[in-house]
Amino acid sequence: MTLPSELENPVPAKLAVEHVSKSFQTKRGNLQALDDVSLTVGEGEFVCLVGPSGCGKSTLLNLVTGLDEPDKGGLSSDGLKITRTGRERGMMFQEHALFPWLDVLGNVLFGLKLKPHLTPAERLQVAKFYLELVGLKDFIHANIHELSGGMKQRVALARALAPNPRLLCMDEPFAALDAMTREHLYADLQDIWSRRRKTILFVTHNVREAVCLGDRVVLFSPNPGRIREEFRIDLPRPRDINSVELAGYATRITRALKSHTGTTPSAE
Amino acid sequence: MKRVVTSVLFFAGLVAVWQALAAAGLWSPVLLPPPGDVAHYLLKAVKDGSLLEASLVTLGRLLVGYLLGCLLGLPLGLACSRVQALSDTIGVLALGLQTLPSVCWVPLALLWYGQSETAMLFVVVMGTLWSVLIAVDNGAQSLPPIYVRAARTMGSHGLHTLIHVVLPASLPFIVSGMKQGWAFAWRSLMAAEIYVTILTGYGLGHLLHFGRELNDMTQVIGVMLIIVVIGLLADKLLFAPWERFLHRRWGTGR
Repeated sequence: MTLPSELENPVPAKLAVEHVSKSFQTKRGNLQALDDVSLTVGEGEFVCLVGPSGCGKSTLLNLVTGLDEPDKGGLSSDGLKITRTGRERGMMFQEHALFPWLDVLGNVLFGLKLKPHLTPAERLQVAKFYLELVGLKDFIHANIHELSGGMKQRVALARALAPNPRLLCMDEPFAALDAMTREHLYADLQDIWSRRRKTILFVTHNVREAVCLGDRVVLFSPNPGRIREEFRIDLPRPRDINSVELAGYATRITRALKSHTGTTPSAE
Repeated sequence: MKRVVTSVLFFAGLVAVWQALAAAGLWSPVLLPPPGDVAHYLLKAVKDGSLLEASLVTLGRLLVGYLLGCLLGLPLGLACSRVQALSDTIGVLALGLQTLPSVCWVPLALLWYGQSETAMLFVVVMGTLWSVLIAVDNGAQSLPPIYVRAARTMGSHGLHTLIHVVLPASLPFIVSGMKQGWAFAWRSLMAAEIYVTILTGYGLGHLLHFGRELNDMTQVIGVMLIIVVIGLLADKLLFAPWERFLHRRWGTGR
């Protein structure tokens, strides 16, 4: 049995962020996480958001997924206002956020069980498809604590992809991993993205990572969080994070970042 | 296997010490009967059916009251963890009542319900309810918020999140709360049975009480042994499988 409809790639989402502001009450007063931020992301575009901590990148992802609401401005996906969370906008977190009471398969099935039109057999098939896509088909019944950090993030990716979202937010998903594991994941993520075309918003501190993955790199500065500059990355894919051209881009962007914020992000 | 041998050797040693002390004749055999006499009582009580009947009466009361307490405590605890107003009212009440040793409910239960099964049930429910409620409340409140956020991005909302995320994520707390509730219920029921004669059925507590009235130490010690064994079995049968599951999934324990 094949599942053409469920495994088919839906048209990726077109995202529009218009004049969005968001502030938080903290112990040290009011923090303006986002101040009049506008951004459009095209269908199937891979956009990396780069900037130092506290510049509102993660806040923006929370608004896009619907986990939070903006104070001012609006967000829309394909022209529809984003008012709450929904499985058409998936999210991957820096902490893997996998559920420890479920095994690997159970985690990937979680979102699929919320799709009532699928039969249990179809859900299983879809889950296995994604676990194979991330290279973990031999770990279907492993417990979460038995996996390495990189494997956990692969499961998290499979889990986020399984409900077949049209837009995927990734909040520093590789930041806690070691360099070797990360390089593997850059290659795999590019491969997966080429096969499961999604619109991706990817937050990172790491400029090289952004250049390696993104079609576009958007620079943020903090206090208040604003977009300062955008860079289009015209490099052929798949990209190697160690390539010279890539390093050239990264150097330019790092320099720009320093001039905007006076701080140095990680440029490894 | 090695662990079984260690355990068996230990308990055989205990019985041997007991036998030696009884044989030494330091105390009157009325106060310290040898293990053989206790075994003899137990055998007799098993044969005439009094032990089985008392155990069934006690376990029946315990199970019904305990299940009722859990059925009330689980949803109330979840509700308290989500709704601030409930946490400030029911939650505080539960915290207060939980500090009350559950034996203290016995006089009140007797005045309200007389020497009846309802009074027994009431005491057991009071012993269970509050500690289960508080454990679930604590567990659900100390969840990392990221689980709920992740679930929401996969399309989970409201009741689905509560049942499929909050509840299983609090499982470690819930199991320990249910274990504590079981211990409280068991203690309070024994106390109630020893104090109060209920005409609708004699439980283990009553057997213990009659043993004292008859000055029959073999019966007192025999029934105490049975109470200990039931407590151990409950732990192994009711809670050990859950704890094994938790250790396996969460990667805790040995």
